Amino acid sequence: MKIHEYQAKELLRKFNVPVLRSQVVFSAEEAGKVAYEKFVQQGSKAIVVKAQVHAGGRGKGIMHDIKTNKEIMFNEKPLRGVNVLVKGDLAHQAYEIAEKMLNNKLVTIQTGAAGSVVRRMLIEDGCSIAKEFYAGIVLDRQTGMNTIMVSTEGGVEIEKVAEETPEKILKESVNPKTGFQAFQARRLAFGLGLSGDAFKNFQPFITNLVKAYEELDCSLLEINPLVLTTDGQMIALDAKMNFDDNALYRHPDYEALRDISEEDPLEVEASKFDLNYIKLDGNVGCMVNGAGLAMSTMDLIKLSGGEPANFLDVGGGANPTRIANAFRIMMSDPNVKAVLINIFGGIVRCDKVADGIVQALKEVKVNIPVIVRLDGTNAEEGAETLKKSGMQFKVALNFADAAQKVTEIVGKAS
Amino acid sequence: MSILVNKKTRLLVQGLTGSEGTFHTSQMIEYGTKVVGGVTPGKGGTEYSGKGEIKFKKSVPVFNTVKEAVEKTKANATVIFVPPPFAADAIMEAIDAGIELIVCITEGVPTRDMVKVKAALNDSNSRLVGPNCPGVITPGEAKIGIMPGFIHKPGKVGLVSRSGTLTYEAVKQLSDLNLGQSTCLGIGGDPIIGTQFIDAIKLFNEDPDTEAILMIGEIGGNAEETAADYIKKYVKKPVAGFIAGRTAPPGRRMGHAGAIIAGGKGTAEEKFKALKEAGIFVAESPAFMGSTMLEAIKSFKGKGKTEKTEVKKKATKKTTTKKNS
Repeated sequence: MKIHEYQAKELLRKFNVPVLRSQVVFSAEEAGKVAYEKFVQQGSKAIVVKAQVHAGGRGKGIMHDIKTNKEIMFNEKPLRGVNVLVKGDLAHQAYEIAEKMLNNKLVTIQTGAAGSVVRRMLIEDGCSIAKEFYAGIVLDRQTGMNTIMVSTEGGVEIEKVAEETPEKILKESVNPKTGFQAFQARRLAFGLGLSGDAFKNFQPFITNLVKAYEELDCSLLEINPLVLTTDGQMIALDAKMNFDDNALYRHPDYEALRDISEEDPLEVEASKFDLNYIKLDGNVGCMVNGAGLAMSTMDLIKLSGGEPANFLDVGGGANPTRIANAFRIMMSDPNVKAVLINIFGGIVRCDKVADGIVQALKEVKVNIPVIVRLDGTNAEEGAETLKKSGMQFKVALNFADAAQKVTEIVGKAS
Repeated sequence: MSILVNKKTRLLVQGLTGSEGTFHTSQMIEYGTKVVGGVTPGKGGTEYSGKGEIKFKKSVPVFNTVKEAVEKTKANATVIFVPPPFAADAIMEAIDAGIELIVCITEGVPTRDMVKVKAALNDSNSRLVGPNCPGVITPGEAKIGIMPGFIHKPGKVGLVSRSGTLTYEAVKQLSDLNLGQSTCLGIGGDPIIGTQFIDAIKLFNEDPDTEAILMIGEIGGNAEETAADYIKKYVKKPVAGFIAGRTAPPGRRMGHAGAIIAGGKGTAEEKFKALKEAGIFVAESPAFMGSTMLEAIKSFKGKGKTEKTEVKKKATKKTTTKKNS
């Protein structure tokens, strides 16, 4: 699960990880008012207006008009996702920028051309930066330990640093039995070349960051940049926080942090039925039991000349109603021009799946080709059900045959 | 012979009396697995033989703790069906009781819990398979897990995979080509798992009755690359492989918690490349996993006698299966 920067910063404050004073706003009026009352009037010399979307790369990203798809200009320059204001009437500029951002889309390296619509913005204090660093925590799958990574190359894409100059990334693993140790914090601080106040302030910063990562059940916590201010403070200027989906049951408060507008409506609908659905851009829909087989089915569609329209795993306990819901959701994507249903019955019985397919086709009007491949437990009974229904299915005998049938259909369509 | 599981394996079921535990225990008994006991805290001292429509062939004694169950039944393996919030604790209890093989079927165990489990495993003699996996089966002998037994055939191909139903698909393709399996092992799709590809490959490499290996990976992490590296250096048996998720978009979790391309790493292309570089026969399409295995075996057999005898020698030398720590 992903959350916004402002939400991550609110959580970090609770763990005494230093962040700047900031407030989220939902309208241009609010942006202007907050910028004036909470920042300018309080003596802020610089304020920052940041678009709040889940995607990264916002600083370099450019705002686009949602209707015309043209770049939005501000002061004769393309408007970015992050804007630092230092001159003139700061509150008025914050208002203007917010007005231009709101309900338009931010296109970043991570969003692709489709962009992400901006519905919330963060107004934050400026600060005087002496140096930028990177700090991140992720799981090292090989060792099964959480790993802290820091680098002097802050503010840039860390993937690039990892690839080009891996020696510039310093790592420390957290032994789950003993926890993160003070000497590890010191070692990282020395590694970054810190001294004086910076050295002193970095240690509680990183220690508290590790604590937050662990207690909040994060799957990723990234501070990029982590800045050293000219007066020696270490501050999280940005924060990216993802949660482990498997641990959500332990944190009922996270539900309030979920921003459904950042998710695909079909994916939201699917999650109501505990279906694992991810919308893609292709034209061949697929419905499969099991994540690995679902991924392979997508691959097969691509190899057969089509493009997968979705990932859809109906899971282990697929009963007829579940199958019917899955089918309906898959079919509500208007790009779907053909469907491949691929079920390998283990615990799932193919006859039950067939019942679900027939039920779904009674409810949803379908006038595109549907290829069905049922194998494993009760496959023959399932095939019989499909045959008796009198509906038009293309029955595939095995995985290779399914591929062949997809190719035939895709070939005809193009 | 086989790896990990055989007809002598004495199995406990943790979470026996739940609906998942009940259903799959009946299936395991049906397949011939020696289920010697179950653990459901609070129901110790009773005998259990199913509920609802499910009736076991023979009843199974229930214990309150794993330790007690091991003392009374001499169990050397356990399978876990308890819900996610309690799964890590169930694994810990099995480690504490000194059980050699722990298979955790439960899907959705939090990573933070697994970090602790992994540390406990490292200090023990137990091996964990999973979590979030279909389990282990030695066809014709015993199955520990949830896979449909009837698609398997006894034979010489060792199969290891991160997935559930994709494993069944691969098994079906093998069986259809008359390629039986020595043991099939689903290692699970989570970020932290007890048995990695490389561990399974080592076991298969040392098992004299496994003559070929099929490895089915997916996007995310670099376990496939590590295994490929090992295969290149040490494995003298034909190996075929497939990687699922070529069409998966980056940054999205594809069902399995571990199946995610993060920071441009863990892509299918990288993994295919690593497999090919290690001399593994790669199935370009998931429809050809079985036929690629066959091709690998044929090509290996055609490679002259000297190499073959070498393999035989090596295989008979190491008959014990050793845990990778």
